[in-house]
Amino acid sequence: MTLIDLANPTRFLALTARALPWFAAATGILLAIGLYQSACAPDDYQQGATVKIMFIHVPNAWLSMFVWGVMSIASLGTLVWRHPLADVAAKAAAPIGAAFTFLALLTGSLWGRPMWGTYWEWDARLTSVLILFLMYLGLMALWRAVDDPSRAARAAAVLTLVGAINLPIIKFSVDWWNTLHQPASVMRMGGSSLDRSFLIPLLLMAIAFTLLFVTLHIAAMRNEILRRRVRSLQMMQASRIAFSSEMGAGSREGNASNEAGAA
Amino acid sequence: MTALSALIRRDIRIALRVGGGALIGVLFFLTVVVLMPFAVGPDLALLSRLGPAILWLGALLASLLTLDRLFMADHEDGSLDLITMSRTPLELACAAKALAHWLAAGLPLIVATPVLGLLLNLDMVATGAVALTLLAGTPALTFTGMIGAALAVTLHRGGLLMAVLVLPLSIPVLIFGVAASQAVIVGPMTFGAPFSILCALSLVSFVVGPFAAAASLKHGLD
Repeated sequence: MTLIDLANPTRFLALTARALPWFAAATGILLAIGLYQSACAPDDYQQGATVKIMFIHVPNAWLSMFVWGVMSIASLGTLVWRHPLADVAAKAAAPIGAAFTFLALLTGSLWGRPMWGTYWEWDARLTSVLILFLMYLGLMALWRAVDDPSRAARAAAVLTLVGAINLPIIKFSVDWWNTLHQPASVMRMGGSSLDRSFLIPLLLMAIAFTLLFVTLHIAAMRNEILRRRVRSLQMMQASRIAFSSEMGAGSREGNASNEAGAA
Repeated sequence: MTALSALIRRDIRIALRVGGGALIGVLFFLTVVVLMPFAVGPDLALLSRLGPAILWLGALLASLLTLDRLFMADHEDGSLDLITMSRTPLELACAAKALAHWLAAGLPLIVATPVLGLLLNLDMVATGAVALTLLAGTPALTFTGMIGAALAVTLHRGGLLMAVLVLPLSIPVLIFGVAASQAVIVGPMTFGAPFSILCALSLVSFVVGPFAAAASLKHGLD
């Protein structure tokens, strides 16, 4: 079972039709456990109950970068390996990633109001995530601006790979600039600084959100494949109607139309 | 090498002659800066505080406005196909075109900066700082903007789409350009740190821009 085996859209559709319910069920179960655990997590001695926003905010922020990473790999698939489903994957991921980024910004600003005293602060981490959000929107605009999917795919792939420069900037912005946003506390040298009672629900939520992305992404890819099939069927039907009406007109009007065409 | 210098000479000559439109960017820059006192009021103290930001914003918009011409005219008359098929690597040709575009459309903006600084009540040091940051930063705007221009020409869509794609990429340049100029005028940061990052951004764009633009042209032009 390699990536090449999935190149056939029909095989991909058949395989994902079987796998999708399992992914959806796993997402639902893990989300339920994660939400329960987050609700039961103790209040922070400084932040009180608002610390629970973290269990939503941090997975959204991780996913916002992870999705661009997935799109970058898919773009390499489009440009380098010419994998037939790579551009479908890249196109389907963009709106989902934009939604995760928007939720990360929204929950972050709701968390920032009680903690920092402001909804928005022009700090390096916040600004770079906002740029990521704008780039998601630009990418979606690019996909919508061109009607030929393969042409749009190559342009979007180049833009995605250029935008991937932003990912390390987001990740390390809190280390490079001394800013309001707190530095990394889970994935860092020397182990996590987070207490176990917070870490376990957070990791559960992160896995649940990743599974949620996988589920949504596969469903969106299936929709995109079906949408393209509908489009090509419509094109075939339109050309058939145009062809048959042309034939009909030609036989009825006979030589008159031929002379008009020659003139 | 001779092919590249010939390309640069040709592009500059086309840009500066009738119908080239490189100097329209300067005119636009002037108009934007003149509009600002009408918007914020003719308060000289406020204008001198906002001056660097206004100049940077004007230069950013002016360089965005002229980017359309980078590949579009060559695509229309077919010379872009010749450049793509020539023996010179497309990446180098793209870099040469961007350099020519910057010389014709970016450099005049920097030359115009001292005059516009006068209108915004900036003193000598502040004007010099803004001009220096523009000199270091506008190449980054041209070279990253080239990616957008290449995408736009392969998609036959210019204008608004290109602006949406290019502007997010130019935000870091704007941040550090204005930060470096402000550091000279009000402090408390040193001029060196943001200015070095600005130079670094330009150097990165020299590497990334031509390769991304060439990839986009190679894959996009049929």
